[in-house]
Amino acid sequence: MKKLDLLITGVGGQGVILASDIIGDAAITTGYDIKKTDALGMAQRGGSVTSNVRIAPQVRSPLIKMGEADMLLAFEKLEAARWSHYLRPGGIAIVNNHALPPLSVSLGSERYPGDDEIINILKQRTDRVYFVEGTRRARELGNVRVLNIFMLGCVSLFAPFKVQTWEDSISQHLPPKLRQINIEAFNQGRKEIQGVRL
Amino acid sequence: MKKLLSGNEALALGAYHAGVKVATAYPGTPSTEILESIAHHNDIYAEWSTNEKVAMEVALGAAYAGARSLASMKQVGLNVASDPFMAAATTGINAGMVVITAGDPGAHSSQNEQDNRHYARLAKVPMLEPSDSQEAYDLMALAFDISEEFDTPVLVYTTTRVSHSKSVVEVNRSRAVPAKHRDFQYDVKKYVMLPVYARFRHPIIEERLVKLATYAETFPFNKVIWGERHLGVVTSGVAYQYAREVFPKASFLKLGMTYPLPRNLLRHFAAQVERLIVVEELDPFLQENIQAMGITVSGKEFIPRMGELNPDIIEEGSRRAGLMAGTPPRPVETATELPKRPPLLCPGCPHTGIFFVLSSIGQRAKPPKAKGKPTRESNLIITGDIGCYTLGAYPPLLAMDTCACMGASIGQALGMEKAGTSKKVVAVIGDSTFLHSGITGLVNGVYNKGQITLIILDNGTTAMTGHQEHPGTGISAQGKETRTVELEPLVRGIGVSDVRVVDAFNIKELRSSVRSSLNNPELSVIIVRGACVVHKPKRANPRAIDAEQCNQCGICLMLGCPAIQSDGEQVTIDATMCVGDACTICQQLCPRQAIGPKSKTTAKEAK
Repeated sequence: MKKLDLLITGVGGQGVILASDIIGDAAITTGYDIKKTDALGMAQRGGSVTSNVRIAPQVRSPLIKMGEADMLLAFEKLEAARWSHYLRPGGIAIVNNHALPPLSVSLGSERYPGDDEIINILKQRTDRVYFVEGTRRARELGNVRVLNIFMLGCVSLFAPFKVQTWEDSISQHLPPKLRQINIEAFNQGRKEIQGVRL
Repeated sequence: MKKLLSGNEALALGAYHAGVKVATAYPGTPSTEILESIAHHNDIYAEWSTNEKVAMEVALGAAYAGARSLASMKQVGLNVASDPFMAAATTGINAGMVVITAGDPGAHSSQNEQDNRHYARLAKVPMLEPSDSQEAYDLMALAFDISEEFDTPVLVYTTTRVSHSKSVVEVNRSRAVPAKHRDFQYDVKKYVMLPVYARFRHPIIEERLVKLATYAETFPFNKVIWGERHLGVVTSGVAYQYAREVFPKASFLKLGMTYPLPRNLLRHFAAQVERLIVVEELDPFLQENIQAMGITVSGKEFIPRMGELNPDIIEEGSRRAGLMAGTPPRPVETATELPKRPPLLCPGCPHTGIFFVLSSIGQRAKPPKAKGKPTRESNLIITGDIGCYTLGAYPPLLAMDTCACMGASIGQALGMEKAGTSKKVVAVIGDSTFLHSGITGLVNGVYNKGQITLIILDNGTTAMTGHQEHPGTGISAQGKETRTVELEPLVRGIGVSDVRVVDAFNIKELRSSVRSSLNNPELSVIIVRGACVVHKPKRANPRAIDAEQCNQCGICLMLGCPAIQSDGEQVTIDATMCVGDACTICQQLCPRQAIGPKSKTTAKEAK
């Protein structure tokens, strides 16, 4: 693999940063150089959150250039559209089919874009747009918070790491009592993306 | 051993391996994780200090007494600590002392984007600048050596993008044991800065700077990377990483020590390249220092001095300056006109209720359905402070009029009152911020017979930076039980007689307390107490809205609670976000009693 530039986006509290930490350790184990950078502090409180993950034999800038991300992993639909300009032409977008309307939408001062608008925005960058039912599957598994690991399961089909490496990294970052359900979420994610790719 | 570490974790590990014995800090993004990380080592002493000035003083005392010490803070934290920092620069140290200051270009989480590299020049102390986590780890060892060799505190400057990026670190050291313990040496001329002795210190400082400049010439992290000679780039910090990507073929002088500068090395490098540029974030700090040597160099003519840099911005500027040939890459369209998503107070936040009360008593906000009504003028000025609660300034709460720096709310409120404003003035400050630098403001208010109302939002933590302990929580930075500084006796001890403690989730009580405090001609204090929602162990009975009862008045939406959502037709509460019994503020406000525990409202629906 020459490089994998991955932009993870979502809303503060969805577990974006933990997801990118897990990818980071999987990259090291596999022998790649990795840099990642997150939004922390004030930006985190329910706001729009991004994590830049860059994997290559040698990485310099921790920030991905606009239009050069190989993958966009969006935990929320609006956040997929907002950051779509980071995708390279022909890159892969994996989008959790779930809407968290911002406050301005609830107060009626702004409008949440329709699904067709979001798809149009993404299609301007790439035809490889995959919607997955992350929040629904996580809820079915009994814990909405495993969404991030489900999304990692989706990514895993496009990243050059062994399944065992993924599972080890996930286990390292989670307390023992949460491992089982998260590994399940990971496997569900793998299954789901195989389904929607067909 | 290879580890994936953030810049802050690497700085902490580097300091620990360099034998640091005392570490101090006050939380502040992007510096917080340095102390959090080093505090895990139980064989050293680590503390959350009440503020950065105290942190600096404790670290200085430790260095005097022979322990390698570390004080870390965000860029504006060094403003607070600048007095003891200058003193440390004047007296020098005994054992090594390192001060880390983390800048925030782009003001991701700060009230300004000041360039703290100027502090090195002001204090005449050496400054080191890592450009990734490996260098952060490596430079800490050198920082302590330099400190001891030159008898000076050493400033280590990082930025958000270095502190909060993770990269691979080869951890190749273990904890060093200092060769000898240098216990405190009685030395009045060195440590007692009476004017007569302070004057003696000045020539020593100037000599020290000359020696440091000589040392900088061979400093191992000032590196020349030769490429093509038509372009030479002088750079440091994360800007180096960006510049290497933008100019993969150019020659580089990469500075790990950015004050004082290696003059000969710079001259030599400049003479070997056709065109010399500086790529640096914020002010032209390197550029102006290099220009002062009589060397022709450019940089800020095409690279912005405002905001955070990234490879795109450097590339764009370089094209304008004719540094890059070829046509610019296809412009990348940004998805415009999407609804914004600013940070918010959490569902169940203990600050929401009091801000709603201030907003309504102060006639500041109106429900969405009241669009047609004439806007009343606010009769209240709310001076604010720094923490999560600053988010109360956003719509729909609109309950904050100023936010300057830590602790400023109280002094500002008094100043407004003394200026003779016709409006009532309320100062709002968090518990950690009050202990940081609000106490002196309150002493001043009492002494000068202020009439303001001070509201202390006591959520029992330092929330915005990630829930650090503080003197009011009774737990130390290393997780041990300690003495608690109680707010009520503290405030009473200062001389305030009208002190009320109010439950943050009781709207009625909040309203009546604010009303009586505003009517009291003396200075009064309201402590609004309610634990930060992130600390709440139980979330039972999420609230729901009975659609039959609800007439869409929109009052509940005025709380700005992220759990309360509207699709334009019906207001609903997201049960996965609502904290339920622990809050109930929306239920207390609803004029039609349409909000209740989910089980109850669904039972009603069934009927």
